[in-house]
Amino acid sequence: MTKHQSSRQNNLHIPEPKFRPGQTNNFAHLKIPNVDEAHKPAIDCNPHDIRDLAYGLIRVLDDDGQAGGAWNINITPDILRQGLKDMLLTRLFDDRMQLLHRTGKISFYMKCTGEEAISVAHSLALENSDMVFPSYRNQGILISRGYPLLNMMCQCLSNSKDNCKGRQLPIMYSWKAGNFFTISGNLATQFSQAVGWAMAEARKGGNRVCTTFVGDGSTAEIDFHSALTFAATYNPPVILNIINNQWAISSNQVIAGGERTTFAARGIGVGLPSLRVDGNDFLAVYAASKWAADRARAGFGATLIEHFTYRVAPHSTSDDPSAYRPADEDKNWPLGDPLERLKTHLINIGEWSETQHEQLAEQYTAEIKIDYKQAESYGTLKSGARPDVASMFEDIFEEITPNRIRQRQELGL
Amino acid sequence: MAQMNMLQAILSAQKCMLERDDNVMIFGQDVGYFGGVFRATEGLQAEFGAQRVFDTPISENGIIATAIGMSINGMRPVAEIQFSDYIYPAFDQIASEASRIRYRSGGEYSTNITIRTPCGGGIRGGQTHSQSPEGIFTHISGIKVVMPSNPYDAKGLLISSIESNDPVLFFEPKRLYNGPFYGDPDAPSIGWDTHKKGEVPEGHYSIPLAEAEITRAGDELTIITYGTMVHVVETAVKQTGVDAEIIDLRCLSPIDYDTIINSVNKTGRCLVAHEATKIGGFGAEILSIIQENCFWKLRAPIERVTGWDIPYPHAFEWEYFPVPKRVGKAITRIMEA
Repeated sequence: MTKHQSSRQNNLHIPEPKFRPGQTNNFAHLKIPNVDEAHKPAIDCNPHDIRDLAYGLIRVLDDDGQAGGAWNINITPDILRQGLKDMLLTRLFDDRMQLLHRTGKISFYMKCTGEEAISVAHSLALENSDMVFPSYRNQGILISRGYPLLNMMCQCLSNSKDNCKGRQLPIMYSWKAGNFFTISGNLATQFSQAVGWAMAEARKGGNRVCTTFVGDGSTAEIDFHSALTFAATYNPPVILNIINNQWAISSNQVIAGGERTTFAARGIGVGLPSLRVDGNDFLAVYAASKWAADRARAGFGATLIEHFTYRVAPHSTSDDPSAYRPADEDKNWPLGDPLERLKTHLINIGEWSETQHEQLAEQYTAEIKIDYKQAESYGTLKSGARPDVASMFEDIFEEITPNRIRQRQELGL
Repeated sequence: MAQMNMLQAILSAQKCMLERDDNVMIFGQDVGYFGGVFRATEGLQAEFGAQRVFDTPISENGIIATAIGMSINGMRPVAEIQFSDYIYPAFDQIASEASRIRYRSGGEYSTNITIRTPCGGGIRGGQTHSQSPEGIFTHISGIKVVMPSNPYDAKGLLISSIESNDPVLFFEPKRLYNGPFYGDPDAPSIGWDTHKKGEVPEGHYSIPLAEAEITRAGDELTIITYGTMVHVVETAVKQTGVDAEIIDLRCLSPIDYDTIINSVNKTGRCLVAHEATKIGGFGAEILSIIQENCFWKLRAPIERVTGWDIPYPHAFEWEYFPVPKRVGKAITRIMEA
């Protein structure tokens, strides 16, 4: 061996999740800090002084459902109750839509089970006038902002009342009146657009905040990196959220570079304040979101938040997680179920009860049924009323062009 | 009226729109303080402030994505991509986002962005500063594609592009920035003061998108072209002495069907010329339009004169470029067919 030869050979490293089907993942490798470990900085802090928060985990609710630590901002029981209600409605809605897919009523669906706290708490921490550039698993924001379930169902059914006019896959919602941007379906494109929206807001001197979401897997997309660079350069009022739910279809977060460092730490390289939050802790998500929104509104610019959670649901109705991850993984997730955790906390502080919970679940289930019946009366993808077929040639441009008029005629319309 | 070269006309259009509409914002690499590598935004930051005219990171993806985001928040962004050869990192944002936001949202949202980008060769730019990628974008539903061939059109079309509520990709043939180019690289360069379209109003005016212009009326042959080739074709027509009708498309998408179809039905002969490569190029679409609409009036096969199906080679620029001699040969073939 000459002195220039290394004692180690190069070897292409293909990261693997620690556990695969047939094995048991008890997540013993995860370090879950206590609620009192994370400090809460002032909103005008120097991002360089809070780099530890990108590697830790901001938590407020402990394993017994007690609130504590520096990020416990004493959220009013009304807000906590509202959060629980919105999360419950989101979960029941998802379950119902999944069922509709099984019975062939809709072509596709994506649940957010286990991730409800992120969308709902974030939504409640912001103003409804704040702008959202969503990912595809943010239905909790729509529900929290009061978008009618009927409209969501009509979109999923691509029926005559679908505001997207039958052009988009189910769940790719758009709600302009609710400041909810049209969901793309191409990953991460919204992330950098959100920064642009916020740049315009900054130029106008406005005080609206823009928030946007991306998954752990799609942090690898160019848009994620453009977003961070532009956000760091222009200091616009934007909140950049990463939902790290461990899985991008079958690819574990390790295949997006998650082995080396946290996703929150991606922000440190560009000098953005970066928080890593227990995404199954409603109180923690709310507090972190509020902190980021307060910073943005006060002119201190962008914040990156990694919401650490677990995708209990399959990626979509086209996915079978049993092919790539242990069947019991979600049950062993050490951060628990966000809905159960918030419910336990509310019961602990005497602001909720099991009976109330059951009654509300029954009420929501009944309402969802009624809404669905009405939605179906407006048609489904298979039968009944559809959007006007001729309209599929419209909205390419503000005005229809001659080639599209001719093609419409060729179709006999 | 003032004498302007194409850069001055493009600068004037942007200045005009900055004055008229406070929501207009202009940005891109080197666009702000420096005024752009071609000087197309010179002085705009000093006059309108850095809040409205500014530099961006070297990220075409980020430039177009943030432009889209700004437009959703009420702005009317004009983004520069320094060379159209560099536009590809932004392709997803143009093809999947800007072009589809109106459609996918059922008309709830739309984006009005204008993307300015210099294109074309003949400036010793090699294969990374000479491309004509317009055909890649005309295939996409939802983005307008414009390419002027002179200062007057450049200003009027750019104003229309900025005022349009649809996304527009505005290609600027950089060989034409300082003067018309008639196809002979060894001829002394001449300025736009020699051309009637170098006369440009100082104020606001617009030229509707999707209106082609007949730059030379004729009865024997229709030549359909755009950008730099408008002038090259003119030379070839002069050299061959054929009574050709030259159509400058100006806007490739949407395209002016009537002007093309009426002319070819009249002449019965057609040549299409563009600087971009041939295979899958925009010329193929024009040929199809003619085949579908004018077949029974044709008296000769339709021909295409284009760049070869290779990248733009630095040392062989003029062998690549569809020079007047090549255009002339095609004209002769068609006339003798």
